[in-house]
Amino acid sequence: MDLIIILHAGVASGTVLLFATLGELFAERSGVINLGVEGMMLIGAMSAYSVALYTGNPWLGVVIAMLAAGLISQIHAFIAITLQADQVVSGLAITFLATGISLVLGEGLSKAGAVSLLPNLSIPLLSQIPLLGAIFFTKQSVLVYIGFLLIPLAWYYIYYTRPGMHLRAVGEYPAAADALGINVFRLRYFYVFLGGILAGLSGATISLAISPGWFSELTTSGQGWIAIGLVIFAQWDPLRAAFGAYAFGALRRLIFDIQGPTTLLGLANPFYYNPYWGFILQMMPYAFTIIVLVIGSREALRKRLGAPAAIGVPYIRGERGL
Amino acid sequence: MMAKNSHNDIDNPPSFVVEMRGIVKRFPGVLANDHVDFRLHRGEIHALLGENGAGKSTLMNVLAGLYRQEVGTVLVNGQLVNFSSPGDAIQAGIGMVHQHFMLVPSQSVTENILLGLDKPRFRMELAKYDSVIAELGERFGLRVDPRAKIWQLSVGEQQRVEIIKMLYRGAEVLIMDEPTAVLAPQEIEVLFNTLHSMIANGKSIIFISHKLQEVMAIADRVTVLQRGKTTAEGLEIENITRRELAHLMVGRDVVFRVDKKPSEPGNVVLDVQNVVAENDKGLTAIQNLSLQVRAGEIFGLAGVAGNGQRELAQVITGLRKVNQGRVLLNNKVISNRSARFSIQRGLAYVPEDRTHVGTSPNLSMTDNVIMKNYRQPPIARGWAIDMTTATTFAKDLKQDYDIAIPNVDTPVRLLSGGNLQRVILAREISGAPTLMVAVQPTRGLDVGAIESVHRLLLSQREAGTAILLISEDLEELLALSDCIAVIYEGQIMGEVMDENIDIIGLMMTGMDLEEIQAGGSAKNV
Repeated sequence: MDLIIILHAGVASGTVLLFATLGELFAERSGVINLGVEGMMLIGAMSAYSVALYTGNPWLGVVIAMLAAGLISQIHAFIAITLQADQVVSGLAITFLATGISLVLGEGLSKAGAVSLLPNLSIPLLSQIPLLGAIFFTKQSVLVYIGFLLIPLAWYYIYYTRPGMHLRAVGEYPAAADALGINVFRLRYFYVFLGGILAGLSGATISLAISPGWFSELTTSGQGWIAIGLVIFAQWDPLRAAFGAYAFGALRRLIFDIQGPTTLLGLANPFYYNPYWGFILQMMPYAFTIIVLVIGSREALRKRLGAPAAIGVPYIRGERGL
Repeated sequence: MMAKNSHNDIDNPPSFVVEMRGIVKRFPGVLANDHVDFRLHRGEIHALLGENGAGKSTLMNVLAGLYRQEVGTVLVNGQLVNFSSPGDAIQAGIGMVHQHFMLVPSQSVTENILLGLDKPRFRMELAKYDSVIAELGERFGLRVDPRAKIWQLSVGEQQRVEIIKMLYRGAEVLIMDEPTAVLAPQEIEVLFNTLHSMIANGKSIIFISHKLQEVMAIADRVTVLQRGKTTAEGLEIENITRRELAHLMVGRDVVFRVDKKPSEPGNVVLDVQNVVAENDKGLTAIQNLSLQVRAGEIFGLAGVAGNGQRELAQVITGLRKVNQGRVLLNNKVISNRSARFSIQRGLAYVPEDRTHVGTSPNLSMTDNVIMKNYRQPPIARGWAIDMTTATTFAKDLKQDYDIAIPNVDTPVRLLSGGNLQRVILAREISGAPTLMVAVQPTRGLDVGAIESVHRLLLSQREAGTAILLISEDLEELLALSDCIAVIYEGQIMGEVMDENIDIIGLMMTGMDLEEIQAGGSAKNV
């Protein structure tokens, strides 16, 4: 059990969470909760894998995965924004629908054979940095590096640009934005779409890079839900979201690796000899997600965490307040 | 005032900046504007006077592009216009400062002002725009820190941000929707100075209000609406008395004072001792606050909105926990107990939010009036509810309190504000309370309904109930209260027995009573 290997793999599997978390963060910042992340990730993973399988082009797979998940997200956008229905119910329905679609269309994919994957690269110079170079910049998937770039971009966009300011306004006080001629509906559609695209990318990251293959619903194994929890944990801030995503990626990897050796710190490894301890460990990220979601569902606590004030509230022009 | 006579120049025929002709606007069940005419001269302050629900805001929302009229025409600078959004109106130079501010609390002043504009294109360059906005504010005497976040600002400062926002967009006509409703008397003076300086800079102002004395003080001319119709158009304020205006506004003569017998306060009923409590964001909303209310007195609590009134009412009624201190009702601790605990000990609550806290909108009047006594006989029969008794109970209340409702099974969401408030008061008073907490009991009601609510409160006072009246309407507090305290940032600034409005006003801006008395007269400010 080598710490550098765990962290290296943690960054890779954290990238999956990073894309999904940032996507959901954008949608929630605009005031729309989308609980369909898990489903959209599955759609992304399935379509990326099958497109790469049949065309031999993994990049085409990534693009199709993003579009497919983006398309699914627009169903949620229509229900939540135009029809002004309950966003929680609609989001759950999206997860069921998207999971079902990807299981049906993905039937047989797992035995379909080898697929060309996205390349792994080492960055010249940067990979020479002691410790950090080995963890972050050596033989990582190209998507990991895209993730690195996305973090500062998202942060700068949200806090220091005009469209970012509009995004925040629409999620905080849509009536004020509307009164100044900002199209609340169009912006919300757009950011739900962006959330879908990033969830699709997250799915493609699994099936074409981090843990290649199609293992039906086990492909994502609930990481979409962890992403939703991470958005709350990150208090809707992209930098904290990135930290959370990589920390959870490393944790996932640690939980996996800790069950390997027979001894741990010179003692008999309980996680090796007793598989039930292993199950409890594996449960931890999901238990965390449940706790964070429970916290996030309390309105008073959500306000303290600094949630966008209009989150989950459909905007109806002419109504007082939000 | 230089602006006053500028439009009477005989060589230049009167030029209207805005002319609205025969405006008709309907809402389901209401004719909000019935062929209303309105003309605004350049460089004047034109008051739009009327009771709540007279159609003032509707008319101005048409002008500001939020609503579209069904019939009628709008001309701006003599040109026919047809606004389909607020953006169109702003383009034509018309900006509206709404009663509820349209500001994003988590963003800075500059960000709020730049919201929705084409420039800056992408990068915010906040430092550059901060100074532009500070300069603009300076020019019109609107001092505010451009880097401050909206939630850090007082209501008066937020209003300044709204005004700057419209000026920055090049508004020539500024519509102010009840701008003084949220301000302390001293802040009102600052606002009036600002309005004059804008007139001096060539702007024109429409001032929506239902307060006669303000209209008399600030406006050059006045248009009066009553139930959606114009009863007076463009009258010179100099040629009209307050009594005549009141008549035009209400359609009958108004009694300005309520009859009140001298009070005979009894024992202390409500005793709030050194209470500390937080608001929803976890910030301290009430700091070490103490007050006492006696039987048979109305204790008025004045203050600008958002200074802890809401939290204090919730603490007393058991809806919010206290972090320190305690609340006693008839010598029993009721703080940090359940709401039911204090209801059973004689607490009545008339909440600010009539439609969601005070009543359950989709339930019938019967269900709403038995909400506090359904556990006791005769309405409770074991674990069942005796609906026959409940219906009789509701019918009696409908009779006694003169509630206009087709029958007691009607859902209360169909009631007007005044009738809904009578339903709440009927329920609360029928429980024979020893303490009543009333928050903004007349907000948004018409004059007739206000009178009836006031009469009910006074009759409760004579029956020996202790009443804590929390209100932002100073006139109401002065008319009803035996004693007025002022709350500012969660602390009591002082209590006064007489009706010294200057001192109350100073306390509302954060000076405490001792400081004011030590500093001599109120004129030193």
